[in-house]
Amino acid sequence: MINFNSLAAIIECAEAEGTTISALTLTQTAEDTERSEAEILAQMAENLAVMKEAVKEGAKEGLQSVSGMTGDWAYRVKSKFGQREAFCGEFVSDVICNAMAVMHVNACMGRIVAAPTAGSCGILPACLISLQNHHEISDEELINGLLNASAIGMVIAKNATLAGAQGGCQAECGSAAAMAASAITEILGGTPTMCGFAVAQALKALMGLVCDPVAGLVEEPCIIRNTTSAMVAISAAQVSLAGVPSLIPADEVIKAMDYIGRHLPASLRETADGGLATTPTGIEITRGLESKKF
Amino acid sequence: MDIFDILGPVMIGPSSSHTAGVVRIGNVARRILGATPEKAHIFFHGSLAKTFRGHGSDKAIVAGLLGFKPEDVRIRNSLELAGEMGLTFEIRTVELENVHPNTVVLELEGSKPLTMQAASVGGGNIMVQKINEIDVLFDGYYDTLVIIHEDAPGAVSLVTNILAVEKINIANMKMHRSKKGGKGIMIIEVDGRLDRSLTNVIAALPRVEQVTKLTGAVT
Repeated sequence: MINFNSLAAIIECAEAEGTTISALTLTQTAEDTERSEAEILAQMAENLAVMKEAVKEGAKEGLQSVSGMTGDWAYRVKSKFGQREAFCGEFVSDVICNAMAVMHVNACMGRIVAAPTAGSCGILPACLISLQNHHEISDEELINGLLNASAIGMVIAKNATLAGAQGGCQAECGSAAAMAASAITEILGGTPTMCGFAVAQALKALMGLVCDPVAGLVEEPCIIRNTTSAMVAISAAQVSLAGVPSLIPADEVIKAMDYIGRHLPASLRETADGGLATTPTGIEITRGLESKKF
Repeated sequence: MDIFDILGPVMIGPSSSHTAGVVRIGNVARRILGATPEKAHIFFHGSLAKTFRGHGSDKAIVAGLLGFKPEDVRIRNSLELAGEMGLTFEIRTVELENVHPNTVVLELEGSKPLTMQAASVGGGNIMVQKINEIDVLFDGYYDTLVIIHEDAPGAVSLVTNILAVEKINIANMKMHRSKKGGKGIMIIEVDGRLDRSLTNVIAALPRVEQVTKLTGAVT
Protein backbone atom coordinates (compact mmCIF):
# COMPACT_ATOMS: atom_id res chain seq x y z
CA MET A 1 0.00 0.00 0.00
CA ILE A 2 1.49 3.31 -1.09
CA ASN A 3 -0.17 6.72 -1.05
CA PHE A 4 2.07 8.93 -3.21
CA ASN A 5 2.51 11.45 -0.39
CA SER A 6 6.23 10.81 -0.07
CA LEU A 7 8.75 9.48 -2.54
CA ALA A 8 10.92 8.14 0.29
CA ALA A 9 8.03 5.95 1.47
CA ILE A 10 7.46 4.56 -2.05
CA ILE A 11 11.18 3.85 -2.48
CA GLU A 12 11.38 2.19 0.92
CA CYS A 13 8.40 -0.01 0.08
CA ALA A 14 9.81 -0.96 -3.33
CA GLU A 15 13.26 -1.76 -1.89
CA ALA A 16 11.76 -3.81 0.96
CA GLU A 17 9.61 -5.84 -1.42
CA GLY A 18 12.39 -6.15 -3.99
CA THR A 19 10.14 -4.65 -6.64
CA THR A 20 10.02 -1.55 -8.84
CA ILE A 21 8.26 1.79 -8.48
CA SER A 22 6.28 1.01 -11.63
CA ALA A 23 5.02 -2.33 -10.28
CA LEU A 24 3.87 -0.73 -7.01
CA THR A 25 2.20 2.07 -8.95
CA LEU A 26 0.31 -0.38 -11.14
CA THR A 27 -0.99 -2.40 -8.20
CA GLN A 28 -1.96 0.67 -6.21
CA THR A 29 -3.71 2.37 -9.14
CA ALA A 30 -5.73 -0.77 -9.84
CA GLU A 31 -6.85 -0.75 -6.22
CA ASP A 32 -7.55 2.99 -6.01
CA THR A 33 -9.53 3.17 -9.26
CA GLU A 34 -11.23 -0.24 -9.04
CA ARG A 35 -9.89 -1.21 -12.46
CA SER A 36 -7.90 -4.21 -13.59
CA GLU A 37 -4.14 -3.97 -14.13
CA ALA A 38 -4.69 -4.93 -17.76
CA GLU A 39 -7.01 -1.94 -18.26
CA ILE A 40 -4.48 0.42 -16.75
CA LEU A 41 -1.66 -1.00 -18.88
CA ALA A 42 -3.86 -0.65 -21.97
CA GLN A 43 -4.57 3.01 -21.21
CA MET A 44 -0.87 3.66 -20.66
CA ALA A 45 -0.15 1.90 -23.96
CA GLU A 46 -2.58 4.33 -25.58
CA ASN A 47 -0.61 7.23 -24.09
CA LEU A 48 2.57 5.77 -25.55
CA ALA A 49 0.92 5.41 -28.95
CA VAL A 50 -0.14 9.09 -28.93
CA MET A 51 3.41 10.05 -27.94
CA LYS A 52 4.91 8.01 -30.79
CA GLU A 53 2.51 9.53 -33.29
CA ALA A 54 3.40 13.05 -32.11
CA VAL A 55 7.13 12.36 -32.41
CA LYS A 56 6.52 11.33 -36.01
CA GLU A 57 4.04 14.07 -36.96
CA GLY A 58 6.03 16.89 -35.43
CA ALA A 59 9.18 16.16 -37.43
CA LYS A 60 7.49 16.68 -40.79
CA GLU A 61 8.55 19.36 -43.24
CA GLY A 62 6.46 22.51 -43.60
CA LEU A 63 4.69 22.52 -40.21
CA GLN A 64 3.47 25.86 -38.93
CA SER A 65 2.01 26.63 -35.52
CA VAL A 66 -1.39 28.29 -35.10
CA SER A 67 0.33 31.60 -34.29
CA GLY A 68 2.79 31.24 -37.16
CA MET A 69 5.65 31.85 -34.71
CA THR A 70 7.23 28.42 -34.97
CA GLY A 71 7.15 25.50 -37.35
CA ASP A 72 9.33 22.77 -38.73
CA TRP A 73 12.28 23.21 -36.41
CA ALA A 74 12.39 19.50 -35.54
CA TYR A 75 12.54 18.73 -39.24
CA ARG A 76 15.48 21.09 -39.59
CA VAL A 77 17.35 19.36 -36.79
CA LYS A 78 16.51 15.92 -38.13
CA SER A 79 17.57 16.75 -41.68
CA LYS A 80 21.06 17.39 -40.35
CA PHE A 81 21.40 13.96 -38.76
CA GLY A 82 24.49 12.09 -39.88
CA GLN A 83 26.22 15.35 -40.61
CA ARG A 84 28.55 17.44 -38.57
CA GLU A 85 25.62 19.23 -36.94
CA ALA A 86 24.72 16.06 -35.04
CA PHE A 87 28.01 16.54 -33.24
CA CYS A 88 26.60 15.53 -29.86
CA GLY A 89 25.89 12.03 -31.07
CA GLU A 90 22.90 10.35 -32.62
CA PHE A 91 21.06 9.54 -29.41
CA VAL A 92 21.26 13.07 -28.03
CA SER A 93 20.36 14.58 -31.43
CA ASP A 94 17.36 12.26 -31.56
CA VAL A 95 16.22 13.37 -28.09
CA ILE A 96 16.52 17.03 -29.11
CA CYS A 97 14.62 16.49 -32.32
CA ASN A 98 11.86 14.43 -30.70
CA ALA A 99 11.30 16.93 -27.89
CA MET A 100 10.90 19.72 -30.45
CA ALA A 101 8.65 17.57 -32.63
CA VAL A 102 6.11 16.90 -29.87
CA MET A 103 6.10 20.57 -28.88
CA HIS A 104 5.40 21.51 -32.50
CA VAL A 105 2.42 19.19 -32.63
CA ASN A 106 1.16 20.88 -29.47
CA ALA A 107 1.62 24.39 -30.90
CA CYS A 108 -0.26 23.31 -34.03
CA MET A 109 -3.24 22.28 -31.85
CA GLY A 110 -2.49 18.65 -32.60
CA ARG A 111 -2.96 15.68 -30.25
CA ILE A 112 -0.48 15.14 -27.42
CA VAL A 113 -0.32 13.61 -23.95
CA ALA A 114 0.03 16.16 -21.15
CA ALA A 115 3.13 14.80 -19.43
CA PRO A 116 2.53 16.19 -16.88
CA THR A 117 1.34 19.31 -18.73
CA ALA A 118 1.07 20.37 -22.35
CA GLY A 119 3.83 22.93 -21.86
CA SER A 120 6.17 20.10 -20.91
CA CYS A 121 4.75 17.44 -23.23
CA GLY A 122 7.97 16.90 -25.22
CA ILE A 123 10.27 15.69 -22.48
CA LEU A 124 9.02 12.20 -21.59
CA PRO A 125 8.31 11.09 -25.19
CA ALA A 126 11.66 12.43 -26.33
CA CYS A 127 13.59 10.58 -23.64
CA LEU A 128 11.71 7.29 -23.81
CA ILE A 129 11.14 6.94 -27.56
CA SER A 130 14.73 7.95 -28.34
CA LEU A 131 15.89 5.38 -25.80
CA GLN A 132 13.94 2.73 -27.68
CA ASN A 133 15.31 3.96 -31.03
CA HIS A 134 18.87 3.40 -29.87
CA HIS A 135 18.66 0.50 -27.42
CA GLU A 136 16.93 -2.85 -27.19
CA ILE A 137 13.87 -1.73 -25.26
CA SER A 138 10.34 -3.05 -25.66
CA ASP A 139 7.08 -1.11 -25.54
CA GLU A 140 6.26 -2.95 -22.30
CA GLU A 141 9.40 -1.54 -20.73
CA LEU A 142 8.51 1.95 -21.92
CA ILE A 143 5.01 1.56 -20.46
CA ASN A 144 6.58 0.60 -17.13
CA GLY A 145 8.74 3.69 -17.47
CA LEU A 146 5.59 5.78 -17.89
CA LEU A 147 4.07 4.17 -14.77
CA ASN A 148 7.21 5.00 -12.84
CA ALA A 149 7.14 8.57 -14.14
CA SER A 150 3.50 9.02 -13.19
CA ALA A 151 4.24 8.00 -9.60
CA ILE A 152 6.90 10.71 -9.44
CA GLY A 153 4.45 13.23 -10.88
CA MET A 154 1.83 12.26 -8.28
CA VAL A 155 4.27 12.92 -5.44
CA ILE A 156 5.23 16.31 -6.91
CA ALA A 157 1.58 17.26 -7.47
CA LYS A 158 0.75 16.38 -3.86
CA ASN A 159 3.70 18.21 -2.31
CA ALA A 160 4.20 21.10 -4.71
CA THR A 161 2.53 21.90 -8.02
CA LEU A 162 2.71 20.95 -11.70
CA ALA A 163 1.21 24.21 -12.98
CA GLY A 164 3.33 26.96 -14.51
CA ALA A 165 0.78 29.52 -13.32
CA GLN A 166 1.55 28.50 -9.75
CA GLY A 167 5.18 27.37 -9.76
CA GLY A 168 6.78 28.59 -13.00
CA CYS A 169 8.49 26.43 -15.62
CA GLN A 170 10.36 24.47 -12.94
CA ALA A 171 6.98 23.01 -11.96
CA GLU A 172 6.24 21.89 -15.51
CA CYS A 173 9.54 21.16 -17.31
CA GLY A 174 11.35 20.51 -14.04
CA SER A 175 8.77 17.95 -12.98
CA ALA A 176 8.71 16.36 -16.45
CA ALA A 177 12.51 16.06 -16.38
CA ALA A 178 12.37 14.49 -12.92
CA MET A 179 9.74 12.03 -14.12
CA ALA A 180 11.73 11.16 -17.25
CA ALA A 181 14.98 10.80 -15.31
CA SER A 182 13.35 8.34 -12.94
CA ALA A 183 11.73 6.42 -15.81
CA ILE A 184 15.02 6.06 -17.70
CA THR A 185 16.76 4.97 -14.50
CA GLU A 186 14.23 2.19 -13.88
CA ILE A 187 14.13 1.08 -17.52
CA LEU A 188 17.91 0.74 -17.59
CA GLY A 189 17.93 -1.37 -14.44
CA GLY A 190 18.50 1.22 -11.74
CA THR A 191 17.15 0.61 -8.24
CA PRO A 192 14.22 2.55 -6.72
CA THR A 193 16.76 4.44 -4.61
CA MET A 194 18.58 5.46 -7.78
CA CYS A 195 15.27 6.64 -9.23
CA GLY A 196 14.92 8.92 -6.21
CA PHE A 197 18.38 10.34 -6.85
CA ALA A 198 17.47 10.95 -10.49
CA VAL A 199 14.32 12.85 -9.48
CA ALA A 200 16.28 15.05 -7.09
CA GLN A 201 19.09 15.75 -9.57
CA ALA A 202 16.77 16.72 -12.41
CA LEU A 203 14.59 18.97 -10.25
CA LYS A 204 17.64 20.66 -8.76
CA ALA A 205 19.06 21.36 -12.19
CA LEU A 206 15.91 23.15 -13.35
CA MET A 207 15.01 24.79 -10.07
CA GLY A 208 14.05 28.44 -10.31
CA LEU A 209 13.17 28.26 -13.99
CA VAL A 210 10.47 30.83 -14.66
CA CYS A 211 7.50 30.71 -17.01
CA ASP A 212 7.70 33.76 -19.30
CA PRO A 213 6.23 32.72 -22.63
CA VAL A 214 6.24 35.27 -25.43
CA ALA A 215 2.66 36.36 -26.15
CA GLY A 216 1.61 33.75 -23.60
CA LEU A 217 2.00 31.02 -26.18
CA VAL A 218 3.52 27.60 -25.53
CA GLU A 219 6.29 28.12 -28.09
CA GLU A 220 9.01 30.62 -27.22
CA PRO A 221 10.91 29.63 -25.05
CA CYS A 222 8.92 26.46 -24.24
CA ILE A 223 10.22 24.47 -27.20
CA ILE A 224 13.89 24.94 -26.38
CA ARG A 225 13.18 24.44 -22.66
CA ASN A 226 11.65 21.06 -23.44
CA THR A 227 14.79 20.02 -25.32
CA THR A 228 17.13 21.22 -22.58
CA SER A 229 14.98 19.66 -19.87
CA ALA A 230 15.21 16.34 -21.72
CA MET A 231 19.00 16.79 -21.64
CA VAL A 232 18.80 17.38 -17.91
CA ALA A 233 16.77 14.18 -17.52
CA ILE A 234 19.39 12.17 -19.39
CA SER A 235 22.22 13.64 -17.31
CA ALA A 236 20.35 13.00 -14.09
CA ALA A 237 19.67 9.38 -15.07
CA GLN A 238 23.27 8.82 -16.16
CA VAL A 239 24.62 10.15 -12.87
CA SER A 240 22.11 8.22 -10.78
CA LEU A 241 22.65 4.92 -12.61
CA ALA A 242 26.28 5.23 -11.55
CA GLY A 243 25.07 5.32 -7.96
CA VAL A 244 25.92 8.96 -7.35
CA PRO A 245 23.52 10.22 -4.65
CA SER A 246 21.75 13.53 -4.35
CA LEU A 247 22.85 15.09 -1.09
CA ILE A 248 19.41 16.65 -0.68
CA PRO A 249 16.71 13.94 -0.77
CA ALA A 250 14.05 14.13 -3.48
CA ASP A 251 11.17 14.90 -1.12
CA GLU A 252 13.05 17.90 0.27
CA VAL A 253 13.98 19.07 -3.23
CA ILE A 254 10.30 18.91 -4.20
CA LYS A 255 9.34 21.07 -1.22
CA ALA A 256 12.14 23.51 -2.05
CA MET A 257 10.84 23.74 -5.61
CA ASP A 258 7.39 24.54 -4.21
CA TYR A 259 8.89 27.21 -1.94
CA ILE A 260 10.63 28.85 -4.87
CA GLY A 261 7.47 28.69 -6.97
CA ARG A 262 5.52 30.49 -4.26
CA HIS A 263 8.16 33.20 -4.15
CA LEU A 264 8.17 33.83 -7.89
CA PRO A 265 6.38 37.05 -8.79
CA ALA A 266 3.14 36.59 -10.74
CA SER A 267 4.84 38.21 -13.74
CA LEU A 268 7.02 35.09 -14.08
CA ARG A 269 4.24 32.53 -13.67
CA GLU A 270 2.63 32.11 -17.08
CA THR A 271 1.14 35.61 -17.24
CA ALA A 272 3.48 36.81 -20.02
CA ASP A 273 4.13 39.95 -17.94
CA GLY A 274 7.89 39.62 -17.51
CA GLY A 275 11.13 37.98 -18.60
CA LEU A 276 11.36 37.07 -22.28
CA ALA A 277 7.71 38.02 -22.83
CA THR A 278 8.44 41.69 -22.10
CA THR A 279 11.74 42.04 -23.94
CA PRO A 280 11.49 44.59 -26.78
CA THR A 281 11.24 41.78 -29.33
CA GLY A 282 8.83 39.81 -27.15
CA ILE A 283 6.54 42.84 -26.97
CA GLU A 284 6.88 43.43 -30.70
CA ILE A 285 5.85 39.83 -31.46
CA THR A 286 2.93 40.10 -29.05
CA ARG A 287 1.70 43.35 -30.64
CA GLY A 288 2.05 41.83 -34.09
CA LEU A 289 -0.18 38.93 -33.09
CA GLU A 290 -2.69 41.24 -31.37
CA SER A 291 -2.98 43.40 -34.48
CA LYS A 292 -3.91 40.24 -36.38
CA LYS A 293 -6.67 39.76 -33.74
CA PHE A 294 -4.96 36.52 -32.90
CA MET B 1 -6.17 12.41 -8.64
CA ASP B 2 -4.62 9.33 -10.20
CA ILE B 3 -1.75 8.55 -12.58
CA PHE B 4 -3.76 9.46 -15.68
CA ASP B 5 -4.20 12.98 -14.35
CA ILE B 6 -0.41 13.12 -14.32
CA LEU B 7 0.27 11.35 -17.63
CA GLY B 8 -2.69 12.70 -19.43
CA PRO B 9 -5.05 13.76 -20.57
CA VAL B 10 -4.56 12.93 -24.21
CA MET B 11 -5.46 16.35 -25.51
CA ILE B 12 -5.37 18.92 -28.22
CA GLY B 13 -2.67 21.50 -27.47
CA PRO B 14 -1.31 23.90 -26.68
CA SER B 15 -1.98 24.21 -22.92
CA SER B 16 -3.30 21.69 -20.40
CA SER B 17 -4.61 24.38 -18.07
CA HIS B 18 -5.68 26.86 -20.74
CA THR B 19 -6.95 24.41 -23.37
CA ALA B 20 -7.77 20.90 -22.05
CA GLY B 21 -8.97 21.99 -18.60
CA VAL B 22 -11.08 24.71 -20.16
CA VAL B 23 -12.71 22.16 -22.51
CA ARG B 24 -13.61 20.09 -19.44
CA ILE B 25 -15.17 23.09 -17.70
CA GLY B 26 -17.34 23.54 -20.79
CA ASN B 27 -18.20 19.82 -20.76
CA VAL B 28 -19.34 19.93 -17.13
CA ALA B 29 -21.50 23.02 -17.69
CA ARG B 30 -23.09 21.42 -20.75
CA ARG B 31 -23.87 18.26 -18.78
CA ILE B 32 -25.51 20.21 -15.96
CA LEU B 33 -27.52 22.22 -18.47
CA GLY B 34 -28.47 18.96 -20.18
CA ALA B 35 -27.91 20.17 -23.74
CA THR B 36 -25.89 22.54 -25.87
CA PRO B 37 -26.70 26.05 -24.65
CA GLU B 38 -28.37 28.42 -27.09
CA LYS B 39 -26.40 31.36 -25.82
CA ALA B 40 -23.22 31.55 -23.75
CA HIS B 41 -21.68 34.54 -22.03
CA ILE B 42 -18.11 33.52 -21.27
CA PHE B 43 -15.87 35.43 -18.85
CA PHE B 44 -12.14 34.76 -18.47
CA HIS B 45 -10.28 35.91 -15.38
CA GLY B 46 -6.57 36.29 -14.57
CA SER B 47 -4.01 34.37 -16.54
CA LEU B 48 -6.76 33.11 -18.85
CA ALA B 49 -7.88 36.68 -19.54
CA LYS B 50 -4.37 37.56 -20.66
CA THR B 51 -3.62 34.61 -22.91
CA PHE B 52 -6.93 33.06 -23.95
CA ARG B 53 -6.50 33.68 -27.68
CA GLY B 54 -2.98 32.32 -27.93
CA HIS B 55 -3.83 29.22 -25.93
CA GLY B 56 -7.02 28.61 -27.82
CA SER B 57 -9.01 28.93 -24.55
CA ASP B 58 -11.79 30.62 -26.54
CA LYS B 59 -11.95 27.64 -28.91
CA ALA B 60 -11.63 25.31 -25.90
CA ILE B 61 -14.55 26.68 -23.87
CA VAL B 62 -16.83 26.78 -26.90
CA ALA B 63 -15.78 23.23 -27.85
CA GLY B 64 -16.54 22.10 -24.31
CA LEU B 65 -20.02 23.62 -24.46
CA LEU B 66 -20.56 21.85 -27.79
CA GLY B 67 -19.68 18.56 -26.08
CA PHE B 68 -16.30 17.97 -27.72
CA LYS B 69 -13.82 16.12 -25.52
CA PRO B 70 -10.30 17.50 -24.84
CA GLU B 71 -8.77 15.11 -27.42
CA ASP B 72 -11.19 16.06 -30.22
CA VAL B 73 -9.41 17.64 -33.22
CA ARG B 74 -12.58 19.66 -33.98
CA ILE B 75 -11.56 21.99 -31.10
CA ARG B 76 -9.43 23.85 -33.64
CA ASN B 77 -12.56 24.90 -35.55
CA SER B 78 -15.07 25.15 -32.70
CA LEU B 79 -15.73 28.87 -33.12
CA GLU B 80 -16.94 28.26 -36.67
CA LEU B 81 -18.78 25.03 -35.74
CA ALA B 82 -20.71 26.79 -32.93
CA GLY B 83 -22.85 28.67 -35.45
CA GLU B 84 -23.74 25.48 -37.29
CA MET B 85 -24.60 23.78 -34.01
CA GLY B 86 -26.90 26.55 -32.80
CA LEU B 87 -24.69 28.16 -30.14
CA THR B 88 -24.10 31.89 -30.08
CA PHE B 89 -21.52 33.16 -27.65
CA GLU B 90 -19.63 36.20 -26.49
CA ILE B 91 -16.30 36.20 -24.71
CA ARG B 92 -15.18 38.88 -22.27
CA THR B 93 -12.47 39.29 -19.69
CA VAL B 94 -13.29 40.01 -16.07
CA GLU B 95 -11.42 40.77 -12.84
CA LEU B 96 -12.62 38.74 -9.86
CA GLU B 97 -11.38 38.81 -6.27
CA ASN B 98 -9.88 35.91 -4.34
CA VAL B 99 -10.20 33.29 -7.07
CA HIS B 100 -7.77 30.96 -8.84
CA PRO B 101 -5.76 32.66 -11.65
CA ASN B 102 -7.41 30.42 -14.25
CA THR B 103 -11.06 31.07 -13.50
CA VAL B 104 -13.93 30.94 -15.99
CA VAL B 105 -17.47 32.20 -15.36
CA LEU B 106 -20.23 30.95 -17.63
CA GLU B 107 -23.71 32.41 -17.96
CA LEU B 108 -25.67 30.05 -20.15
CA GLU B 109 -29.11 30.24 -21.68
CA GLY B 110 -30.97 27.22 -22.96
CA SER B 111 -33.96 25.21 -21.77
CA LYS B 112 -33.12 26.83 -18.43
CA PRO B 113 -30.51 29.34 -17.31
CA LEU B 114 -27.30 28.18 -15.65
CA THR B 115 -24.38 30.05 -14.19
CA MET B 116 -21.20 28.27 -13.26
CA GLN B 117 -17.80 29.34 -11.99
CA ALA B 118 -14.86 26.98 -12.29
CA ALA B 119 -11.08 27.05 -12.36
CA SER B 120 -8.62 25.13 -14.48
CA VAL B 121 -6.13 24.18 -11.81
CA GLY B 122 -3.33 22.64 -13.88
CA GLY B 123 -2.60 19.52 -15.90
CA GLY B 124 -6.13 19.53 -17.34
CA ASN B 125 -7.69 19.23 -13.89
CA ILE B 126 -10.55 21.48 -12.86
CA MET B 127 -12.42 22.67 -9.79
CA VAL B 128 -16.06 23.70 -10.05
CA GLN B 129 -16.66 26.49 -7.53
CA LYS B 130 -20.17 27.84 -7.99
CA ILE B 131 -23.38 26.64 -9.60
CA ASN B 132 -26.24 29.14 -9.85
CA GLU B 133 -24.46 31.39 -7.32
CA ILE B 134 -24.31 28.60 -4.72
CA ASP B 135 -20.80 27.72 -3.55
CA VAL B 136 -19.87 24.13 -4.37
CA LEU B 137 -16.49 22.48 -4.65
CA PHE B 138 -15.76 19.39 -6.74
CA ASP B 139 -13.14 18.39 -9.26
CA GLY B 140 -14.96 15.92 -11.49
CA TYR B 141 -12.44 13.20 -10.69
CA TYR B 142 -15.02 10.78 -9.34
CA ASP B 143 -18.32 9.91 -10.93
CA THR B 144 -20.38 12.71 -9.44
CA LEU B 145 -24.07 13.39 -8.89
CA VAL B 146 -25.06 17.04 -8.90
CA ILE B 147 -28.52 17.20 -7.38
CA ILE B 148 -30.44 20.47 -7.25
CA HIS B 149 -33.25 20.20 -4.73
CA GLU B 150 -35.45 22.02 -2.27
CA ASP B 151 -33.78 22.34 1.11
CA ALA B 152 -36.02 20.26 3.39
CA PRO B 153 -35.66 17.58 6.10
CA GLY B 154 -35.09 14.08 4.74
CA ALA B 155 -33.89 15.10 1.30
CA VAL B 156 -30.46 13.58 1.88
CA SER B 157 -31.59 10.26 3.31
CA LEU B 158 -33.89 9.60 0.35
CA VAL B 159 -30.95 9.91 -2.00
CA THR B 160 -28.43 8.03 0.12
CA ASN B 161 -30.92 5.19 0.62
CA ILE B 162 -31.06 4.65 -3.12
CA LEU B 163 -27.25 4.58 -3.30
CA ALA B 164 -27.13 2.13 -0.38
CA VAL B 165 -29.57 -0.23 -2.06
CA GLU B 166 -27.46 -0.13 -5.22
CA LYS B 167 -24.35 -0.83 -3.08
CA ILE B 168 -22.64 2.35 -4.26
CA ASN B 169 -20.02 3.70 -1.90
CA ILE B 170 -19.99 7.46 -1.38
CA ALA B 171 -16.45 8.85 -1.50
CA ASN B 172 -17.33 12.45 -0.67
CA MET B 173 -20.59 14.23 -0.08
CA LYS B 174 -21.26 17.93 0.34
CA MET B 175 -24.41 19.94 0.87
CA HIS B 176 -24.78 23.54 -0.08
CA ARG B 177 -27.79 25.86 -0.05
CA SER B 178 -28.63 29.45 -0.85
CA LYS B 179 -30.72 29.88 2.32
CA LYS B 180 -32.79 27.78 4.72
CA GLY B 181 -35.67 26.26 2.79
CA GLY B 182 -34.26 27.62 -0.48
CA LYS B 183 -32.49 25.89 -3.35
CA GLY B 184 -29.93 23.35 -2.27
CA ILE B 185 -27.25 21.45 -4.13
CA MET B 186 -25.96 18.02 -3.16
CA ILE B 187 -22.62 16.99 -4.59
CA ILE B 188 -22.11 13.25 -4.23
CA GLU B 189 -18.87 11.71 -5.42
CA VAL B 190 -18.83 7.91 -5.57
CA ASP B 191 -16.29 5.12 -6.00
CA GLY B 192 -16.49 3.13 -9.21
CA ARG B 193 -19.07 3.79 -11.87
CA LEU B 194 -22.57 5.22 -11.60
CA ASP B 195 -25.25 3.74 -13.77
CA ARG B 196 -27.21 6.27 -15.80
CA SER B 197 -30.58 4.73 -14.90
CA LEU B 198 -29.94 5.75 -11.31
CA THR B 199 -30.28 9.42 -12.16
CA ASN B 200 -33.87 8.83 -13.28
CA VAL B 201 -34.69 7.13 -10.00
CA ILE B 202 -33.24 10.00 -8.00
CA ALA B 203 -34.85 12.60 -10.26
CA ALA B 204 -38.26 11.08 -9.45
CA LEU B 205 -37.81 11.74 -5.71
CA PRO B 206 -39.93 14.44 -4.08
CA ARG B 207 -38.32 17.91 -3.92
CA VAL B 208 -35.57 16.93 -6.35
CA GLU B 209 -35.49 19.44 -9.16
CA GLN B 210 -32.67 18.19 -11.29
CA VAL B 211 -30.05 15.43 -11.29
CA THR B 212 -26.89 15.41 -13.38
CA LYS B 213 -24.47 12.52 -13.53
CA LEU B 214 -20.92 13.57 -14.38
CA THR B 215 -18.60 10.82 -15.50
CA GLY B 216 -15.31 11.02 -13.62
CA ALA B 217 -11.99 11.84 -15.25
CA VAL B 218 -11.03 8.17 -15.14
CA THR B 219 -12.40 6.69 -18.33
